[in-house]
Amino acid sequence: MIVMTKDTMQIVREQDVVPFRNRVREYAAKIGMSLVNQTKLITAASELVRNMLKYANGGKVLIEIISKNAQTGVRLTFIDEGPGIANVQQAMQDGFSTGKSLGLGLPGTKRLVNEFDIKSTLGEGTTVTVIHWKNGR
Amino acid sequence: MDRIPILKMGPFLLVTIQVDLYDRLALTLENDLISMVSQTGAKGVLIDISAVTIVDSFMGRILGNIASMSRIMDAETVVVGMQPAVAITLVELGLTLQGVYTALDVEKGMDLLYNKIGIIDVLEEDDQEEEPDDCND
Amino acid sequence: MSTTAQHLQKHRQRIIETWMKNQLTDAALRDDLMSNDELRSQSDELLTALLRAFNSGNFDDVYSSDYDQVIEILNDISITRARQGFSPRETGQYVISLKKAVNEVLEEELKDDPGALYQETRKTDSVLDSLSMITFETFIKGREEVIFRQTDEINEISTPVIRVWDGILALPIIGTLDSARTQIVMENLLQEIVNTGSSIAILDISGVPAVDSLVAQHLIKTVSATRLMGAECIISGIRAEIAQTIVHLGIDLSNIKTKATLASALQLAFSMTNVEVRKINRNAGFKLMK
Repeated sequence: MIVMTKDTMQIVREQDVVPFRNRVREYAAKIGMSLVNQTKLITAASELVRNMLKYANGGKVLIEIISKNAQTGVRLTFIDEGPGIANVQQAMQDGFSTGKSLGLGLPGTKRLVNEFDIKSTLGEGTTVTVIHWKNGR
Repeated sequence: MDRIPILKMGPFLLVTIQVDLYDRLALTLENDLISMVSQTGAKGVLIDISAVTIVDSFMGRILGNIASMSRIMDAETVVVGMQPAVAITLVELGLTLQGVYTALDVEKGMDLLYNKIGIIDVLEEDDQEEEPDDCND
Repeated sequence: MSTTAQHLQKHRQRIIETWMKNQLTDAALRDDLMSNDELRSQSDELLTALLRAFNSGNFDDVYSSDYDQVIEILNDISITRARQGFSPRETGQYVISLKKAVNEVLEEELKDDPGALYQETRKTDSVLDSLSMITFETFIKGREEVIFRQTDEINEISTPVIRVWDGILALPIIGTLDSARTQIVMENLLQEIVNTGSSIAILDISGVPAVDSLVAQHLIKTVSATRLMGAECIISGIRAEIAQTIVHLGIDLSNIKTKATLASALQLAFSMTNVEVRKINRNAGFKLMK
Protein backbone atom coordinates (compact mmCIF):
# COMPACT_ATOMS: atom_id res chain seq x y z
CA MET A 1 0.00 0.00 0.00
CA ILE A 2 1.37 3.39 -1.01
CA VAL A 3 0.18 6.66 0.50
CA MET A 4 0.15 9.30 -2.20
CA THR A 5 -1.10 12.39 -0.40
CA LYS A 6 -1.82 13.15 3.19
CA ASP A 7 -3.92 15.81 4.87
CA THR A 8 -5.19 16.38 8.38
CA MET A 9 -8.23 18.28 9.55
CA GLN A 10 -9.22 19.20 13.07
CA ILE A 11 -12.89 18.80 13.85
CA VAL A 12 -13.92 20.73 16.94
CA ARG A 13 -17.34 22.15 16.21
CA GLU A 14 -20.36 21.45 14.11
CA GLN A 15 -19.46 24.15 11.55
CA ASP A 16 -16.39 22.10 10.59
CA VAL A 17 -18.57 19.35 9.15
CA VAL A 18 -19.44 20.99 5.83
CA PRO A 19 -15.87 22.15 4.98
CA PHE A 20 -14.65 18.68 5.93
CA ARG A 21 -17.16 17.03 3.60
CA ASN A 22 -16.08 19.37 0.82
CA ARG A 23 -12.45 18.45 1.41
CA VAL A 24 -13.28 14.73 1.17
CA ARG A 25 -15.24 15.40 -2.00
CA GLU A 26 -12.25 17.22 -3.49
CA TYR A 27 -10.00 14.23 -2.88
CA ALA A 28 -12.54 11.73 -4.16
CA ALA A 29 -13.09 13.78 -7.30
CA LYS A 30 -9.33 14.12 -7.79
CA ILE A 31 -8.90 10.36 -8.20
CA GLY A 32 -11.89 10.20 -10.54
CA MET A 33 -14.35 8.44 -8.23
CA SER A 34 -17.86 8.13 -9.68
CA LEU A 35 -20.61 10.34 -8.29
CA VAL A 36 -22.39 7.50 -6.48
CA ASN A 37 -19.19 6.31 -4.84
CA GLN A 38 -18.28 9.87 -3.90
CA THR A 39 -21.69 10.32 -2.30
CA LYS A 40 -21.34 7.07 -0.36
CA LEU A 41 -17.90 8.01 0.92
CA ILE A 42 -18.89 11.54 1.89
CA THR A 43 -22.04 10.34 3.63
CA ALA A 44 -19.99 7.79 5.58
CA ALA A 45 -17.50 10.52 6.47
CA SER A 46 -20.33 12.77 7.59
CA GLU A 47 -21.76 10.06 9.85
CA LEU A 48 -18.41 9.36 11.46
CA VAL A 49 -17.52 12.97 11.99
CA ARG A 50 -20.90 13.54 13.64
CA ASN A 51 -20.28 10.61 15.96
CA MET A 52 -16.94 12.14 16.83
CA LEU A 53 -18.52 15.50 17.67
CA LYS A 54 -21.37 13.96 19.60
CA TYR A 55 -19.52 11.44 21.73
CA ALA A 56 -15.97 12.80 21.93
CA ASN A 57 -16.34 16.57 21.43
CA GLY A 58 -14.38 16.35 18.22
CA GLY A 59 -11.02 15.02 17.15
CA LYS A 60 -8.96 14.90 14.02
CA VAL A 61 -9.31 13.26 10.65
CA LEU A 62 -6.53 12.06 8.40
CA ILE A 63 -7.41 12.17 4.70
CA GLU A 64 -5.17 10.14 2.42
CA ILE A 65 -5.10 9.00 -1.17
CA ILE A 66 -3.74 5.47 -1.25
CA SER A 67 -2.86 2.94 -3.88
CA LYS A 68 -2.86 -0.83 -3.53
CA ASN A 69 -2.80 -3.55 -6.20
CA ALA A 70 -3.22 -1.04 -8.99
CA GLN A 71 -6.30 0.46 -7.27
CA THR A 72 -6.59 4.00 -6.02
CA GLY A 73 -8.77 4.99 -3.15
CA VAL A 74 -9.39 7.42 -0.33
CA ARG A 75 -8.60 6.44 3.24
CA LEU A 76 -10.06 8.40 6.14
CA THR A 77 -8.87 7.91 9.70
CA PHE A 78 -11.01 9.42 12.45
CA ILE A 79 -9.08 9.78 15.70
CA ASP A 80 -10.70 11.01 18.89
CA GLU A 81 -9.80 11.02 22.54
CA GLY A 82 -13.31 10.54 23.79
CA PRO A 83 -14.71 8.05 26.29
CA GLY A 84 -14.36 5.11 23.89
CA ILE A 85 -16.93 2.45 23.09
CA ALA A 86 -17.61 -0.16 25.76
CA ASN A 87 -18.80 -2.87 23.41
CA VAL A 88 -17.68 -2.39 19.84
CA GLN A 89 -19.46 -5.52 18.66
CA GLN A 90 -22.74 -4.26 20.03
CA ALA A 91 -22.22 -0.80 18.55
CA MET A 92 -21.81 -2.40 15.14
CA GLN A 93 -25.28 -3.97 15.28
CA ASP A 94 -28.14 -2.43 13.33
CA GLY A 95 -30.54 -0.52 15.53
CA PHE A 96 -28.30 -0.17 18.55
CA SER A 97 -27.84 3.29 19.97
CA THR A 98 -26.90 4.78 23.31
CA GLY A 99 -28.10 8.20 22.22
CA LYS A 100 -31.46 9.07 20.76
CA SER A 101 -30.40 8.40 17.19
CA LEU A 102 -31.79 5.76 14.86
CA GLY A 103 -28.84 3.51 15.57
CA LEU A 104 -27.87 3.36 11.91
CA GLY A 105 -24.58 5.16 12.40
CA LEU A 106 -21.82 2.59 12.55
CA PRO A 107 -23.36 -0.41 10.77
CA GLY A 108 -24.87 1.86 8.12
CA THR A 109 -21.56 3.57 7.61
CA LYS A 110 -19.82 0.25 7.26
CA ARG A 111 -22.18 -0.69 4.42
CA LEU A 112 -21.31 2.50 2.57
CA VAL A 113 -17.56 1.94 2.30
CA ASN A 114 -15.34 -0.85 1.00
CA GLU A 115 -13.23 -1.29 4.13
CA PHE A 116 -14.07 -0.40 7.70
CA ASP A 117 -12.04 -0.84 10.83
CA ILE A 118 -12.76 0.34 14.36
CA LYS A 119 -10.54 0.26 17.43
CA SER A 120 -11.66 1.62 20.75
CA THR A 121 -10.25 1.71 24.24
CA LEU A 122 -12.46 2.79 27.14
CA GLY A 123 -11.28 6.10 28.52
CA GLU A 124 -8.71 6.63 25.79
CA GLY A 125 -10.60 7.11 22.57
CA THR A 126 -11.71 5.60 19.33
CA THR A 127 -10.06 5.29 15.92
CA VAL A 128 -12.15 4.47 12.89
CA THR A 129 -10.52 3.84 9.52
CA VAL A 130 -12.48 3.62 6.29
CA ILE A 131 -11.27 3.01 2.77
CA HIS A 132 -13.27 3.52 -0.39
CA TRP A 133 -11.76 2.50 -3.72
CA LYS A 134 -12.16 4.50 -6.87
CA ASN A 135 -14.31 1.86 -8.57
CA GLY A 136 -16.10 1.06 -5.33
CA ARG A 137 -14.95 -2.56 -5.21
CA MET B 1 -27.91 33.88 11.12
CA ASP B 2 -28.60 32.06 7.86
CA ARG B 3 -32.12 30.94 7.15
CA ILE B 4 -33.70 28.87 4.43
CA PRO B 5 -36.59 30.83 2.89
CA ILE B 6 -40.07 29.28 3.06
CA LEU B 7 -42.52 30.23 0.34
CA LYS B 8 -46.26 30.02 0.69
CA MET B 9 -48.03 28.80 -2.43
CA GLY B 10 -51.78 28.51 -2.01
CA PRO B 11 -52.47 25.83 0.57
CA PHE B 12 -48.84 24.64 0.51
CA LEU B 13 -45.45 25.68 1.78
CA LEU B 14 -42.45 25.33 -0.52
CA VAL B 15 -38.87 25.06 0.67
CA THR B 16 -35.96 24.80 -1.75
CA ILE B 17 -32.72 23.75 -0.13
CA GLN B 18 -29.86 25.16 -2.18
CA VAL B 19 -26.94 24.80 0.19
CA ASP B 20 -25.30 22.01 2.12
CA LEU B 21 -27.12 22.03 5.41
CA TYR B 22 -25.11 22.20 8.56
CA ASP B 23 -26.85 21.01 11.67
CA ARG B 24 -28.01 24.29 13.14
CA LEU B 25 -29.40 25.45 9.80
CA ALA B 26 -31.34 22.21 9.48
CA LEU B 27 -32.73 22.54 12.99
CA THR B 28 -33.71 26.16 12.32
CA LEU B 29 -35.48 25.03 9.17
CA GLU B 30 -37.39 22.41 11.14
CA ASN B 31 -38.53 25.04 13.68
CA ASP B 32 -39.40 27.67 11.08
CA LEU B 33 -41.30 25.22 8.94
CA ILE B 34 -43.37 23.82 11.79
CA SER B 35 -44.30 27.27 13.09
CA MET B 36 -45.19 28.32 9.53
CA VAL B 37 -47.48 25.30 9.22
CA SER B 38 -49.27 26.23 12.40
CA GLN B 39 -49.45 29.95 11.52
CA THR B 40 -50.76 29.50 7.98
CA GLY B 41 -52.72 26.31 8.43
CA ALA B 42 -50.95 24.92 5.37
CA LYS B 43 -52.19 21.59 4.11
CA GLY B 44 -48.94 20.44 2.62
CA VAL B 45 -45.20 20.97 2.71
CA LEU B 46 -42.97 20.56 -0.33
CA ILE B 47 -39.25 20.22 0.28
CA ASP B 48 -37.14 20.41 -2.85
CA ILE B 49 -33.77 18.76 -2.30
CA SER B 50 -32.67 18.55 -5.93
CA ALA B 51 -29.61 20.66 -5.18
CA VAL B 52 -28.62 18.63 -2.11
CA THR B 53 -25.70 16.29 -2.71
CA ILE B 54 -25.49 14.70 0.75
CA VAL B 55 -28.23 13.42 3.02
CA ASP B 56 -26.83 11.70 6.09
CA SER B 57 -28.77 10.16 8.94
CA PHE B 58 -29.05 13.50 10.76
CA MET B 59 -30.54 15.23 7.74
CA GLY B 60 -32.75 12.18 7.12
CA ARG B 61 -34.02 12.42 10.66
CA ILE B 62 -34.84 16.11 10.22
CA LEU B 63 -36.88 15.29 7.11
CA GLY B 64 -38.67 12.51 8.99
CA ASN B 65 -39.34 14.84 11.93
CA ILE B 66 -40.78 17.53 9.70
CA ALA B 67 -43.11 14.95 8.13
CA SER B 68 -44.30 13.53 11.46
CA MET B 69 -44.77 16.93 13.08
CA SER B 70 -46.63 18.32 10.06
CA ARG B 71 -48.87 15.27 9.98
CA ILE B 72 -49.93 15.90 13.56
CA MET B 73 -50.92 19.36 12.41
CA ASP B 74 -52.82 17.87 9.46
CA ALA B 75 -50.31 18.68 6.73
CA GLU B 76 -48.61 16.16 4.45
CA THR B 77 -44.94 16.42 3.52
CA VAL B 78 -43.46 15.59 0.13
CA VAL B 79 -39.73 15.50 -0.49
CA VAL B 80 -39.03 16.13 -4.16
CA GLY B 81 -36.12 15.86 -6.55
CA MET B 82 -33.78 13.56 -4.66
CA GLN B 83 -30.67 12.84 -6.69
CA PRO B 84 -30.03 9.21 -7.73
CA ALA B 85 -26.70 9.07 -5.90
CA VAL B 86 -28.34 10.33 -2.72
CA ALA B 87 -31.16 7.77 -2.99
CA ILE B 88 -28.71 4.89 -3.49
CA THR B 89 -26.63 6.04 -0.53
CA LEU B 90 -29.64 6.41 1.78
CA VAL B 91 -30.82 2.90 0.96
CA GLU B 92 -27.37 1.49 1.62
CA LEU B 93 -27.27 3.39 4.90
CA GLY B 94 -30.59 1.79 5.81
CA LEU B 95 -32.60 4.99 5.82
CA THR B 96 -35.77 4.74 3.74
CA LEU B 97 -37.57 7.84 5.08
CA GLN B 98 -40.67 5.97 6.22
CA GLY B 99 -43.69 8.21 6.39
CA VAL B 100 -42.29 10.79 4.00
CA TYR B 101 -43.88 11.06 0.58
CA THR B 102 -41.55 11.53 -2.38
CA ALA B 103 -41.96 12.85 -5.91
CA LEU B 104 -39.73 13.38 -8.90
CA ASP B 105 -40.16 17.15 -9.13
CA VAL B 106 -42.10 20.02 -7.61
CA GLU B 107 -44.90 19.70 -10.15
CA LYS B 108 -45.46 16.00 -9.46
CA GLY B 109 -45.11 16.69 -5.75
CA MET B 110 -47.83 19.28 -5.99
CA ASP B 111 -50.12 16.80 -7.80
CA LEU B 112 -49.42 14.23 -5.11
CA LEU B 113 -50.29 16.69 -2.35
CA TYR B 114 -53.56 17.67 -4.04
CA ASN B 115 -54.42 13.97 -4.24
CA LYS B 116 -53.43 13.28 -0.64
CA ILE B 117 -55.38 16.09 0.93
CA GLY B 118 -58.41 15.37 -1.21
CA ILE B 119 -59.02 18.82 -2.61
CA ILE B 120 -58.83 17.44 -6.10
CA ASP B 121 -62.30 18.89 -6.85
CA VAL B 122 -61.05 22.42 -6.45
CA LEU B 123 -58.30 21.55 -8.85
CA GLU B 124 -60.56 20.17 -11.53
CA GLU B 125 -62.70 23.27 -11.48
CA ASP B 126 -59.58 25.24 -12.21
CA ASP B 127 -59.12 22.93 -15.19
CA GLN B 128 -55.59 22.08 -14.26
CA GLU B 129 -56.01 18.33 -14.25
CA GLU B 130 -54.65 16.57 -17.32
CA GLU B 131 -57.58 14.29 -18.01
CA PRO B 132 -60.91 15.82 -18.97
CA ASP B 133 -63.87 15.19 -16.68
CA ASP B 134 -65.83 13.10 -19.15
CA CYS B 135 -63.12 10.44 -18.98
CA ASN B 136 -64.09 9.54 -15.44
CA ASP B 137 -66.41 6.60 -15.14
CA MET C 1 31.98 -8.30 -10.38
CA SER C 2 30.72 -11.81 -9.77
CA THR C 3 32.33 -14.57 -11.83
CA THR C 4 28.99 -15.76 -13.13
CA ALA C 5 28.25 -12.35 -14.49
CA GLN C 6 31.71 -12.22 -16.05
CA HIS C 7 31.24 -15.52 -17.82
CA LEU C 8 27.86 -14.52 -19.12
CA GLN C 9 28.85 -10.99 -20.06
CA LYS C 10 31.66 -12.37 -22.18
CA HIS C 11 29.24 -14.50 -24.14
CA ARG C 12 26.36 -12.12 -24.18
CA GLN C 13 26.03 -12.25 -27.92
CA ARG C 14 25.94 -16.03 -27.91
CA ILE C 15 23.30 -16.19 -25.24
CA ILE C 16 21.09 -13.85 -27.19
CA GLU C 17 21.59 -15.89 -30.39
CA THR C 18 20.87 -19.21 -28.66
CA TRP C 19 17.94 -17.76 -26.82
CA MET C 20 16.46 -16.36 -30.01
CA LYS C 21 17.07 -19.68 -31.75
CA ASN C 22 15.36 -21.53 -28.91
CA GLN C 23 12.41 -19.24 -29.10
CA LEU C 24 12.15 -19.31 -32.85
CA THR C 25 12.38 -23.10 -33.13
CA ASP C 26 9.61 -23.46 -30.59
CA ALA C 27 6.73 -24.70 -32.70
CA ALA C 28 4.28 -22.70 -30.66
CA LEU C 29 5.86 -19.33 -31.37
CA ARG C 30 3.29 -16.85 -32.52
CA ASP C 31 5.00 -14.77 -35.15
CA ASP C 32 1.55 -13.54 -36.05
CA LEU C 33 1.34 -11.75 -32.73
CA MET C 34 4.85 -10.31 -32.60
CA SER C 35 7.58 -9.68 -35.18
CA ASN C 36 11.04 -11.17 -34.79
CA ASP C 37 12.66 -7.76 -34.51
CA GLU C 38 10.34 -6.80 -31.73
CA LEU C 39 11.07 -10.06 -29.96
CA ARG C 40 14.81 -9.53 -30.31
CA SER C 41 14.85 -6.01 -28.93
CA GLN C 42 12.61 -7.10 -26.07
CA SER C 43 14.88 -10.04 -25.28
CA ASP C 44 17.96 -7.87 -25.53
CA GLU C 45 16.59 -5.40 -23.05
CA LEU C 46 15.73 -8.13 -20.58
CA LEU C 47 19.13 -9.80 -20.86
CA THR C 48 20.93 -6.50 -20.26
CA ALA C 49 18.91 -5.91 -17.12
CA LEU C 50 19.42 -9.49 -15.97
CA LEU C 51 23.18 -9.37 -16.40
CA ARG C 52 23.30 -6.12 -14.48
CA ALA C 53 21.37 -7.81 -11.69
CA PHE C 54 23.69 -10.83 -11.73
CA ASN C 55 26.54 -8.41 -11.44
CA SER C 56 25.33 -7.38 -8.02
CA GLY C 57 26.20 -10.88 -6.81
CA ASN C 58 22.75 -11.38 -5.39
CA PHE C 59 21.40 -14.75 -6.48
CA ASP C 60 19.15 -15.46 -3.54
CA ASP C 61 16.45 -12.85 -3.49
CA VAL C 62 14.81 -11.80 -6.75
CA TYR C 63 12.47 -9.53 -4.81
CA SER C 64 15.34 -7.28 -3.72
CA SER C 65 15.91 -3.95 -5.43
CA ASP C 66 18.73 -5.46 -7.57
CA TYR C 67 16.08 -7.17 -9.66
CA ASP C 68 13.59 -4.33 -9.81
CA GLN C 69 14.37 -3.53 -13.40
CA VAL C 70 14.31 -7.17 -14.52
CA ILE C 71 10.96 -7.77 -12.88
CA GLU C 72 9.57 -4.58 -14.30
CA ILE C 73 10.52 -5.61 -17.83
CA LEU C 74 9.20 -9.13 -17.29
CA ASN C 75 5.91 -7.88 -15.87
CA ASP C 76 5.54 -5.62 -18.82
CA ILE C 77 6.19 -8.48 -21.23
CA SER C 78 3.78 -10.90 -19.58
CA ILE C 79 0.99 -8.38 -19.19
CA THR C 80 1.33 -7.40 -22.85
CA ARG C 81 1.38 -11.04 -23.86
CA ALA C 82 -1.67 -11.84 -21.76
CA ARG C 83 -3.55 -9.03 -23.46
CA GLN C 84 -2.32 -10.04 -26.92
CA GLY C 85 -3.69 -13.52 -26.37
CA PHE C 86 -0.48 -15.51 -25.96
CA SER C 87 -0.95 -18.86 -24.22
CA PRO C 88 0.55 -19.37 -20.75
CA ARG C 89 2.86 -21.95 -22.29
CA GLU C 90 4.28 -19.47 -24.79
CA THR C 91 4.83 -16.90 -22.11
CA GLY C 92 6.44 -19.41 -19.78
CA GLN C 93 8.70 -20.65 -22.56
CA TYR C 94 10.14 -17.20 -22.86
CA VAL C 95 12.05 -17.35 -19.57
CA ILE C 96 12.66 -21.10 -19.73
CA SER C 97 14.35 -20.80 -23.11
CA LEU C 98 16.59 -18.09 -21.67
CA LYS C 99 17.55 -20.51 -18.91
CA LYS C 100 18.52 -23.09 -21.52
CA ALA C 101 20.69 -20.57 -23.35
CA VAL C 102 22.42 -19.46 -20.14
CA ASN C 103 23.07 -23.06 -19.18
CA GLU C 104 24.53 -23.85 -22.57
CA VAL C 105 26.99 -20.99 -22.31
CA LEU C 106 28.01 -21.89 -18.78
CA GLU C 107 28.48 -25.50 -19.78
CA GLU C 108 30.74 -24.48 -22.63
CA GLU C 109 32.70 -22.05 -20.49
CA LEU C 110 33.21 -24.33 -17.50
CA LYS C 111 33.40 -27.75 -19.12
CA ASP C 112 36.75 -28.45 -17.44
CA ASP C 113 35.51 -27.64 -13.97
CA PRO C 114 32.37 -29.63 -13.14
CA GLY C 115 32.32 -28.38 -9.56
CA ALA C 116 32.22 -24.74 -10.59
CA LEU C 117 29.74 -25.53 -13.36
CA TYR C 118 27.42 -27.08 -10.80
CA GLN C 119 27.71 -24.09 -8.50
CA GLU C 120 27.12 -21.57 -11.27
CA THR C 121 24.17 -23.31 -12.87
CA ARG C 122 22.57 -23.81 -9.49
CA LYS C 123 22.72 -20.07 -8.82
CA THR C 124 21.43 -18.97 -12.22
CA ASP C 125 18.77 -21.68 -12.22
CA SER C 126 17.31 -20.56 -8.95
CA VAL C 127 17.06 -16.97 -10.14
CA LEU C 128 15.58 -17.89 -13.50
CA ASP C 129 13.09 -20.29 -11.88
CA SER C 130 11.87 -17.52 -9.62
CA LEU C 131 11.64 -15.23 -12.61
CA SER C 132 9.54 -17.69 -14.58
CA MET C 133 7.28 -18.02 -11.57
CA ILE C 134 6.85 -14.24 -11.52
CA THR C 135 6.14 -14.30 -15.24
CA PHE C 136 3.34 -16.77 -14.67
CA GLU C 137 1.90 -14.80 -11.82
CA THR C 138 1.84 -11.61 -13.82
CA PHE C 139 0.47 -13.40 -16.83
CA ILE C 140 -2.48 -14.64 -14.79
CA LYS C 141 -2.95 -11.19 -13.30
CA GLY C 142 -3.03 -9.76 -16.81
CA ARG C 143 -5.68 -12.28 -17.80
CA GLU C 144 -7.67 -11.47 -14.68
CA GLU C 145 -7.63 -7.83 -15.63
CA VAL C 146 -9.07 -8.79 -19.00
CA ILE C 147 -11.79 -10.75 -17.19
CA PHE C 148 -12.55 -7.85 -14.83
CA ARG C 149 -12.83 -5.49 -17.75
CA GLN C 150 -15.17 -7.86 -19.54
CA THR C 151 -17.27 -8.28 -16.41
CA ASP C 152 -17.63 -4.52 -16.26
CA GLU C 153 -18.60 -4.42 -19.89
CA ILE C 154 -21.14 -7.21 -19.46
CA ASN C 155 -22.59 -5.42 -16.44
CA GLU C 156 -22.79 -2.24 -18.40
CA ILE C 157 -24.51 -3.68 -21.46
CA SER C 158 -26.71 -6.19 -19.66
CA THR C 159 -28.85 -3.62 -17.90
CA PRO C 160 -30.76 -1.74 -20.56
CA VAL C 161 -33.49 0.57 -19.37
CA ILE C 162 -36.39 0.59 -21.83
CA ARG C 163 -39.01 3.27 -22.05
CA VAL C 164 -42.14 1.21 -22.68
CA TRP C 165 -44.66 4.00 -22.34
CA ASP C 166 -44.77 7.64 -21.51
CA GLY C 167 -43.78 7.67 -17.84
CA ILE C 168 -43.19 3.91 -17.61
CA LEU C 169 -39.75 2.30 -17.72
CA ALA C 170 -38.92 -1.40 -17.93
CA LEU C 171 -35.66 -3.01 -16.95
CA PRO C 172 -35.17 -6.67 -17.77
CA ILE C 173 -32.52 -8.22 -15.55
CA ILE C 174 -30.66 -11.16 -17.07
CA GLY C 175 -28.32 -13.23 -14.93
CA THR C 176 -27.73 -13.11 -11.23
CA LEU C 177 -27.68 -9.95 -9.13
CA ASP C 178 -24.64 -9.33 -6.98
CA SER C 179 -23.93 -6.12 -5.13
CA ALA C 180 -21.72 -4.63 -7.86
CA ARG C 181 -24.36 -5.30 -10.47
CA THR C 182 -27.18 -4.03 -8.27
CA GLN C 183 -25.37 -0.75 -7.99
CA ILE C 184 -25.10 -0.45 -11.77
CA VAL C 185 -28.76 -1.43 -12.20
CA MET C 186 -29.79 1.17 -9.62
CA GLU C 187 -27.63 3.89 -11.13
CA ASN C 188 -28.92 3.28 -14.65
CA LEU C 189 -32.52 3.00 -13.55
CA LEU C 190 -32.55 6.06 -11.31
CA GLN C 191 -30.72 8.19 -13.86
CA GLU C 192 -33.22 7.16 -16.52
CA ILE C 193 -36.09 7.99 -14.18
CA VAL C 194 -34.67 11.50 -13.83
CA ASN C 195 -34.01 11.83 -17.56
CA THR C 196 -37.48 10.74 -18.64
CA GLY C 197 -39.45 11.94 -15.65
CA SER C 198 -41.01 8.48 -15.38
CA SER C 199 -43.09 7.64 -12.36
CA ILE C 200 -43.17 3.85 -12.70
CA ALA C 201 -40.37 1.36 -13.21
CA ILE C 202 -40.93 -2.31 -13.95
CA LEU C 203 -38.12 -4.62 -12.88
CA ASP C 204 -38.47 -7.86 -14.81
CA ILE C 205 -36.61 -10.77 -13.22
CA SER C 206 -37.64 -13.52 -15.68
CA GLY C 207 -33.96 -13.81 -16.61
CA VAL C 208 -32.68 -14.15 -13.06
CA PRO C 209 -31.90 -17.86 -12.52
CA ALA C 210 -32.49 -17.92 -8.77
CA VAL C 211 -33.55 -15.57 -6.04
CA ASP C 212 -31.89 -16.16 -2.69
CA SER C 213 -32.10 -13.85 0.30
CA LEU C 214 -29.15 -11.81 -0.97
CA VAL C 215 -30.67 -11.24 -4.40
CA ALA C 216 -33.99 -10.41 -2.73
CA GLN C 217 -32.22 -7.88 -0.55
CA HIS C 218 -30.72 -6.27 -3.65
CA LEU C 219 -34.16 -6.11 -5.25
CA ILE C 220 -35.65 -4.55 -2.14
CA LYS C 221 -32.86 -1.96 -2.13
CA THR C 222 -33.55 -1.06 -5.74
CA VAL C 223 -37.25 -0.67 -4.98
CA SER C 224 -36.53 1.49 -1.92
CA ALA C 225 -34.17 3.75 -3.87
CA THR C 226 -36.74 4.16 -6.63
CA ARG C 227 -39.35 5.15 -4.05
CA LEU C 228 -37.01 7.70 -2.48
CA MET C 229 -36.76 9.34 -5.87
CA GLY C 230 -40.54 9.55 -5.98
CA ALA C 231 -41.28 6.77 -8.44
CA GLU C 232 -42.98 3.41 -7.92
CA CYS C 233 -41.41 0.06 -8.71
CA ILE C 234 -43.14 -3.13 -9.84
CA ILE C 235 -41.29 -6.44 -9.92
CA SER C 236 -42.43 -8.80 -12.65
CA GLY C 237 -41.41 -12.16 -14.05
CA ILE C 238 -41.71 -14.08 -10.81
CA ARG C 239 -41.76 -17.75 -11.76
CA ALA C 240 -43.36 -20.46 -9.65
CA GLU C 241 -40.06 -21.78 -8.28
CA ILE C 242 -38.93 -18.28 -7.40
CA ALA C 243 -42.15 -17.66 -5.49
CA GLN C 244 -41.56 -20.94 -3.64
CA THR C 245 -38.01 -20.09 -2.62
CA ILE C 246 -39.02 -16.59 -1.57
CA VAL C 247 -41.66 -17.98 0.78
CA HIS C 248 -39.47 -20.82 2.06
CA LEU C 249 -36.65 -18.41 2.83
CA GLY C 250 -39.11 -16.18 4.67
CA ILE C 251 -38.33 -13.13 2.55
CA ASP C 252 -40.91 -10.41 3.01
CA LEU C 253 -41.91 -8.82 -0.28
CA SER C 254 -45.33 -7.73 0.93
CA ASN C 255 -44.43 -4.04 0.61
CA ILE C 256 -43.51 -4.50 -3.00
CA LYS C 257 -45.85 -4.74 -5.94
CA THR C 258 -45.15 -8.03 -7.71
CA LYS C 259 -46.62 -9.53 -10.87
CA ALA C 260 -46.09 -12.83 -12.63
CA THR C 261 -45.53 -11.41 -16.09
CA LEU C 262 -44.28 -8.22 -17.64
CA ALA C 263 -47.65 -7.90 -19.39
CA SER C 264 -49.60 -7.84 -16.14
CA ALA C 265 -47.08 -5.45 -14.62
CA LEU C 266 -47.60 -3.13 -17.55
CA GLN C 267 -51.34 -3.38 -17.05
CA LEU C 268 -50.93 -2.42 -13.40
CA ALA C 269 -48.70 0.47 -14.45
CA PHE C 270 -51.37 1.64 -16.87
CA SER C 271 -54.04 1.64 -14.20
CA MET C 272 -51.71 3.47 -11.81
CA THR C 273 -51.11 6.20 -14.37
CA ASN C 274 -54.77 6.28 -15.39
CA VAL C 275 -54.07 5.00 -18.89
CA GLU C 276 -56.52 2.72 -20.63
CA VAL C 277 -55.58 0.46 -23.52
CA ARG C 278 -58.51 -0.96 -25.49
CA LYS C 279 -58.97 -3.16 -28.49
CA ILE C 280 -60.80 -1.39 -31.30
CA ASN C 281 -63.05 -3.63 -33.30
CA ARG C 282 -62.58 -2.31 -36.82
CA ASN C 283 -64.68 -5.11 -38.30
CA ALA C 284 -67.74 -4.35 -36.25
CA GLY C 285 -69.47 -2.46 -39.04
CA PHE C 286 -68.62 -5.10 -41.60
CA LYS C 287 -70.03 -7.93 -39.51
CA LEU C 288 -73.29 -6.11 -39.11
CA MET C 289 -73.67 -5.91 -42.86
CA LYS C 290 -73.46 -9.66 -43.26
